Amino acid sequence: MSYEEVIFYFVATVTVFGALGVVLARSVVHSALFLILALLAVAGIFILLSAEFLAIVQILIYGGAVTILILFAMMLTRVRDMPQALDGPQRPFAALAAGAFLALSVLAVVSSDWPGETEKITVVPFRELGDALFRSWAVPFEVASLVLLVALIGAIILARSEEGE
Amino acid sequence: MIPIENFLVLSGILFSLGIYGVLARRNAVLILMSVELMLQAVSINFIAFAVYLYPEQFTGVIFAIFVITIAAAEVGLALGIILRIFRNKGTANVDEVDMLKW
Repeated sequence: MSYEEVIFYFVATVTVFGALGVVLARSVVHSALFLILALLAVAGIFILLSAEFLAIVQILIYGGAVTILILFAMMLTRVRDMPQALDGPQRPFAALAAGAFLALSVLAVVSSDWPGETEKITVVPFRELGDALFRSWAVPFEVASLVLLVALIGAIILARSEEGE
Repeated sequence: MIPIENFLVLSGILFSLGIYGVLARRNAVLILMSVELMLQAVSINFIAFAVYLYPEQFTGVIFAIFVITIAAAEVGLALGIILRIFRNKGTANVDEVDMLKW
């Protein structure tokens, strides 16, 4: 086993451990901390896929902003103070659906014939990525900024308190 | 090198855990976190396909960037909605918010 595979299996184990923690933890705050672990481990997976830019974006946006937002939402909705069941009654059905999807996807991956070289990673250079993003993908990029702006305004209007109206 | 199947199986595991979380959890914030896991799985898939199979186009990597952008917008908006539901109904559990059900 090459050292790359050893690193991959380590990072993948951490990712799956964190994801298991997110869906199985008995406390919402523990769940959020496991989510941070899983997101940072996924950034490691991105580095193994030689997509360093996405790893940086992942750590900045997910590891920073998204988890802080989620922790804030937990604080504001006081889910921590309620000692009630976090899971609904449909747990067995959920486990069945997840297991069925997992079996199906693993089967599809293993039985597929991948075209091209599936053993070699080609590094995507930063410069060409930026070129592609701002030339061929300029319109989707602008639409994404519009979506962000609308989401920002919408979140402010939704979360604003009644007295301010 | 690591074969592409490893990444795809990892992404499948992440996505199924996300499905389990979305279906089993009651709290809206926890459901949102499970959705984030599923989006991560999709991003891993996009990047793996891009760097292994079609390295001359960056479509997969660009798509992953857009997934992260839209996920940020989605989290902000969803948390605003959860906050508003909590203020109006006093709960953040999705099975207790049934105003639309007769």
